Amino acid sequence: MPYIQLPEGIPGILGPMAFRPETAKPLNELAEILLRGSSTLSRAERELIATSVSAQNDCFFCQTIHGAVAAHHLGGDEKLVLEVKQSPENAPVSDKLKALLAIAGKVQRGGKSVQPADIDRARRQGATDGEMHDTVLIAAAFCMYNRYVDGLATWAPADPAAYREAGARLATEGYISSTQGLSAAR
Amino acid sequence: MAHIPLTEGLPGIRGLFAFRPETAHPLCELAEILLHTPGTLTPAERELIATYVSSQNDCYYCQTSHGAIAARHLGGNDQLVLDVKRDFERAQVSEKLKALLAIAGKVQLGGRNVQPADIERARRQGATDQEIHDTVLIAAAFCMYNRYVDGLATWAPPDPAAYRERAATVARDGYLSIPANIEAARRAAEV
Repeated sequence: MPYIQLPEGIPGILGPMAFRPETAKPLNELAEILLRGSSTLSRAERELIATSVSAQNDCFFCQTIHGAVAAHHLGGDEKLVLEVKQSPENAPVSDKLKALLAIAGKVQRGGKSVQPADIDRARRQGATDGEMHDTVLIAAAFCMYNRYVDGLATWAPADPAAYREAGARLATEGYISSTQGLSAAR
Repeated sequence: MAHIPLTEGLPGIRGLFAFRPETAHPLCELAEILLHTPGTLTPAERELIATYVSSQNDCYYCQTSHGAIAARHLGGNDQLVLDVKRDFERAQVSEKLKALLAIAGKVQLGGRNVQPADIERARRQGATDQEIHDTVLIAAAFCMYNRYVDGLATWAPPDPAAYRERAATVARDGYLSIPANIEAARRAAEV
């Protein structure tokens, strides 16, 4: 049971967002810019970074919904998403993405964990300053979203299949409209 | 040296806001609502929560800048800010704020560390649902800001006195004008 009174049946982060729409707005805008805005990293790559960090933070809701969004961007490749979660260094993704996932993993532990060697590795694989900035901020932001979702003990459906449709909708329509109509449900 | 090239003379998160203005807007809006917009928790209380979490995350820039803002809201009480960082259970703050700081400390460790007993303690001290919500989100958000600032190895002025002037401005005016001010500073630095 959630630690505060949230609308029933609304999963994960959507409950707190319905509770406090004022903070939902910048939270959604941040996600929209970082995960879907114009970037040299593909949407799939960015959602994989978010999913990987959420898995490392052991946040079931976030890793499952963003894993579903990533899979949708990858044409339904749920297996690849699982492989990235389980072992980013061995997954069939580019060496550049592996280097960025390694940076994200360091950020998950703490900002100071990121070493010059991690940055050098990413640069050698062709990562730009913008890509490294966004990787760090995506990882940092998911350390926030994961704590928000679990810190209030929100409810999440257990069956990963339940997230496919929502994942597809987020992938196509984005994060800004994801909470519209929720406040009305309050 | 920062991991990416940043505008000189813009320390901590300010250089990052100059590098990526689009994300600066929601990041500042979130800070404004959580820390400055009137609510049942005072701005001092909320800045103390932010400062405490930042010190737990060992982020010098964030704990010093928000500690200065908290001190400003407290009429210059730097000592209280230090006491909260070192041992909030013994600091001269309300029992309710102690209970909320305890929740924030659990969030800093990880969302699942928050236990029903932590929430019950806060409720016994009169904390409302919104105050609990905002405490969790402030703590979570500072786990983001701290990682952003340190993850890119931004520079932080070592002298706490260097943070006072800007702290007075933020305590008075809040966070919404920061992106525009940074953009002006960035352009001036380019000249």
